[in-house]
Amino acid sequence: MRKVVHKLFWMWDFDKEEKWLNEMAAKGLALISVGYFRYEFEDCVPGEYKICSEFLGNRFSGVESAKYIEFLEETGAEHVGTFSNWVYFRKKTSEESFQLFSDYSSRIQYLTRIIRFIALLGGLNLYMGCFNLFLFFYHNLYGNLIGTINLLIGAICMIGMTRLIRKRKKLKTEQQIFE
Amino acid sequence: MSNQALTEAVYYILLSLVKPLHGYGIMQNVEQLSNGRVKLAAGTLYGAINTLLEKGWIVALAEEKESRKKEYVITDLGKQMLRCEIVRLKELIENGNHILEEEA
Repeated sequence: MRKVVHKLFWMWDFDKEEKWLNEMAAKGLALISVGYFRYEFEDCVPGEYKICSEFLGNRFSGVESAKYIEFLEETGAEHVGTFSNWVYFRKKTSEESFQLFSDYSSRIQYLTRIIRFIALLGGLNLYMGCFNLFLFFYHNLYGNLIGTINLLIGAICMIGMTRLIRKRKKLKTEQQIFE
Repeated sequence: MSNQALTEAVYYILLSLVKPLHGYGIMQNVEQLSNGRVKLAAGTLYGAINTLLEKGWIVALAEEKESRKKEYVITDLGKQMLRCEIVRLKELIENGNHILEEEA
């Protein structure tokens, strides 16, 4: 039996999404495809699969992401699907614990990849927001509306980014002592 | 230049590539070498392989026809880095043993 669930996660809550997908897998629903805020599951033996997701960032281009997915498939991971800039894998848990990053330096690099993207997205929105509100469409209702939306998106991105930066700082502190 | 410590992952990847291996082979070899203690995750390994290729410490071998899996092998420069690291690790162990034995 297949089951479709619509759910929305903030980009910086990627670990919450992963946790939720793994809770579903533990209940006997394994992720089979992804789409616009849409997750499709199929029945599985409870706890059979472990799910991992990753933001590809610069590896987004077709060749680069295909190379990466192929590499992961060689290691026994199953490519569940790609949505936008995110890729989802699953692996039978009986084999070994499945995760994509196993040391501090690669986890920090990964967070940096996401932080850079959010910074760019947020920065662009703040810039366009100021531009729309104060320069281009001054006293123009339509321009003001777009500008306000831009500023709002920009502000939300900055809040999310701050959270990830805090998380990265924690990892960096640990990295000073452990590898 | 070679005063810098290698990460555990890089050290074991280089050590594994004294013989040509593909990605999954490296993961298995590292786990075996460390008696199951070090489990390299695939994303971490992928990043490390790309960095080591850029640095010229390892090279990719021409792909064989029957298997599509890409194999890698250590270069002379990579071996040199490994030897430097072993000297460094020896220093750590000798100092550690020496000082703790004095204490006892």
